[in-house]
Amino acid sequence: MKVTLKIKRFNPEKDAEAYWGEYPIEAEPTDRLLDALNYVKWYVDGTLTFRRSCAHGICGSDAMLINGANALACKLLLKNLGSKITVEPMRGFKVIKDLLVDMEAFFEKYKKVKPYLITHSPEPEKERLQSIADREVFEDTTKCILCGACTTSCPSFWANEDYVGPAAIVNAHRFIFDSRDESPGERLTILGAADGVWRCRTIFNCVEACPRGINVTRAIGEVKRALLFRRF
Amino acid sequence: MIHKLDAVIVGAGGAGLMAALNLSTHGRVGVISKLYPTRSHTGTAQGGIGAALGNHEEDRWEWHMFDTVKGSDYLADQDAVEILCREAIETVYDLEHWGLPFSRTAEGKIAQRPFGGHTKEFGKGPVRRSCYAADRTGHMILQTLYQQCIKNQVHFFNEFHLLDVLIVDGRCAGVVALCLATGEIHTFHAKAVLDATGGCGRMFRVTSNAHSLTGDGMAVALRAGVPLEDMEFFQFHPTGIYKMGILLSEAARGEGAVLRNCKGERFMERYAPSLLDLAPRDMVSRAMYREIREGRGIEGKNHLHLDLTHLGAEVLDKKLPDITEFVRTYLGIEPKKEPVPVQPTAHYAMGGIPTDTEGRVISDEKNTPVAGYYAAGECACVSVHGANRLGTNSLVDILVYGRRGARHAGKFVKENDWGPLPERADERAREQVSRLMGAEGKEQAAAIRDALQDEMMEKASVFREAKSLEAMREKLAELRERYAQVKTEDRGTQYNTELLEVIELGNLLDLAEVLVESALARQESRGAHSREDFPKRDDINWLKHTLAYKTPKGVAFRYKPVTITKFQPQERKY
Repeated sequence: MKVTLKIKRFNPEKDAEAYWGEYPIEAEPTDRLLDALNYVKWYVDGTLTFRRSCAHGICGSDAMLINGANALACKLLLKNLGSKITVEPMRGFKVIKDLLVDMEAFFEKYKKVKPYLITHSPEPEKERLQSIADREVFEDTTKCILCGACTTSCPSFWANEDYVGPAAIVNAHRFIFDSRDESPGERLTILGAADGVWRCRTIFNCVEACPRGINVTRAIGEVKRALLFRRF
Repeated sequence: MIHKLDAVIVGAGGAGLMAALNLSTHGRVGVISKLYPTRSHTGTAQGGIGAALGNHEEDRWEWHMFDTVKGSDYLADQDAVEILCREAIETVYDLEHWGLPFSRTAEGKIAQRPFGGHTKEFGKGPVRRSCYAADRTGHMILQTLYQQCIKNQVHFFNEFHLLDVLIVDGRCAGVVALCLATGEIHTFHAKAVLDATGGCGRMFRVTSNAHSLTGDGMAVALRAGVPLEDMEFFQFHPTGIYKMGILLSEAARGEGAVLRNCKGERFMERYAPSLLDLAPRDMVSRAMYREIREGRGIEGKNHLHLDLTHLGAEVLDKKLPDITEFVRTYLGIEPKKEPVPVQPTAHYAMGGIPTDTEGRVISDEKNTPVAGYYAAGECACVSVHGANRLGTNSLVDILVYGRRGARHAGKFVKENDWGPLPERADERAREQVSRLMGAEGKEQAAAIRDALQDEMMEKASVFREAKSLEAMREKLAELRERYAQVKTEDRGTQYNTELLEVIELGNLLDLAEVLVESALARQESRGAHSREDFPKRDDINWLKHTLAYKTPKGVAFRYKPVTITKFQPQERKY
């Protein structure tokens, strides 16, 4: 099939501002959008720049704005994207080059919510026990691949870049609701502050954007409820 | 720019992060990674990590050891395998203590499932040994280790690409790396270097490996005079999604999925009557190639069917959610109702940088260590996988030997000073970058890479013979000549990923040469190395490890004996 990629281009060493580049190519309908981007980079314009690695939706490198919605380029097939596909960098992060954005602040927010198990009691000789039901409570939020698609689809984040953002909250949720964690209060205190969960206006963009199918808004809601009703 | 650190770890997958956790308390330690750590390929491991916990039924590390040795076609070093299987158990408990969200048994213990080649009582039928978190065990391991690194304030140099390792008179003095964000070349002067850069599966067309898996650590070691061990052994995983190579975990067959040919036959009955679809990967992949050659591929094409239709919604949704989603996303097939087209996919390098059981890189058949140089994980070869790795054992390997390497390196940095940095330490790296950036040749890098991947798939994959390997040798000579004429367009310093990809291609070309020459030299069939002109295993002449050196005259070989402790080689039947 013939398909045209309309890609927002920006080279900080050459361009004063971003511009649209159009790349008509021949491709298979079952090709991933990432395959098409690679084709352009490999055979049409070697300067086209984006991140990618695993190419099947697990590493989280290639989140971008595709036909106006955040997604992973490696999880969309061309046959589902129409004959003219617009590709832009995620919104709200500084664009460094073409589709590649600055992820540093994003990872700093992730670190801020203490995304690791906190325990005080001594470790048992073998594993800690956890029931299947207790494990299920935070199953959904363990799937996060830190691609940034949710945070950069969030109008509350666009309006206030200090907002910790849905991705960080998802990763805090994963520990707050883990029955083995002994200090969920530490994270709840962080998320109860001014730039924490209350910035969320339940717009649900994050749910649509998540390539892992995580119900992000529900997770944020559960954190809000924990803040209101849990003693910590 | 020069950084002076106590230790540098290169790579931030499972081995690199495990090493970082164990080394970061020993002074100033930095982790260099060409990706953000959470992007590393460990994250794509699916089915589980093997350890004889015995949470469902009796299991012993000795049985795990036997299976690993037999799976390796008796080429693994048994002292290293013993360490692997013993320490696997405490390692899995450590992961759990660090918060890894394992799936659970009804009693709340870590859940375990059967996996290829893992048996009870030295081969008497399958055992549940693979500790899993649904079918995203690698994702959980990578996340958990990275989280612990955050907790322990490990210092990362993200998006730095390894260009060179500095070795002077048998002493490692550091590494040179390219900062992708700025294009600057950095020298890391370190008392100890631990290489954990992963595999090189991108030399094949159909592969489960990420675009990033270009064998960078192996290639720079080779150029620095270190040999590569057993590179002829490359694992093809039986169930890659047709044409794309995306992995569909062996856990699918562990949960009861079955391979079928165009007649609907469960053909593994003919090849491995006892373990059937759960035979080791080398045997299953060969069986699939034979079925296809004998005309029993699906619709006459070069793929077969993985049938999951009888497993039921509960198993697919709860235990195999990711792979069922891959099938839906990439093939548009509902695996609850239809069989999935699969073909063997290039998956794992059993060979790599030779190390001893302390993770020290060794430079010859006498196990002479290169002081201050360590390697762990897929880029290394201890050797615990020998000629064929069992499923789940790569995750054990990265953690057990990532930790052992780090512990030894920790002692080393305490007891030793910095090795002298060579004059103009970054000269070779600078020359490479300036030659390749904006190079005005006539050859497209992508065309060279495409040819490499297609030809390697055809001539040096599951089945080989002298004729195909010699043809590949010729082809590689031609591709290297073309590579010398490569052209690049991007002259920018910031995120010049075109330059990065061209450097990576050079690594793949060097490693493909070692693979092909090592395969040509080894005149027998063992594990994943299957020579049609030498179809039998030959313990008299070939029960030994290959050490391949890069010399001005081409690849030169030495050989190293296999360490055999508990299990004498015997015929391998399943």
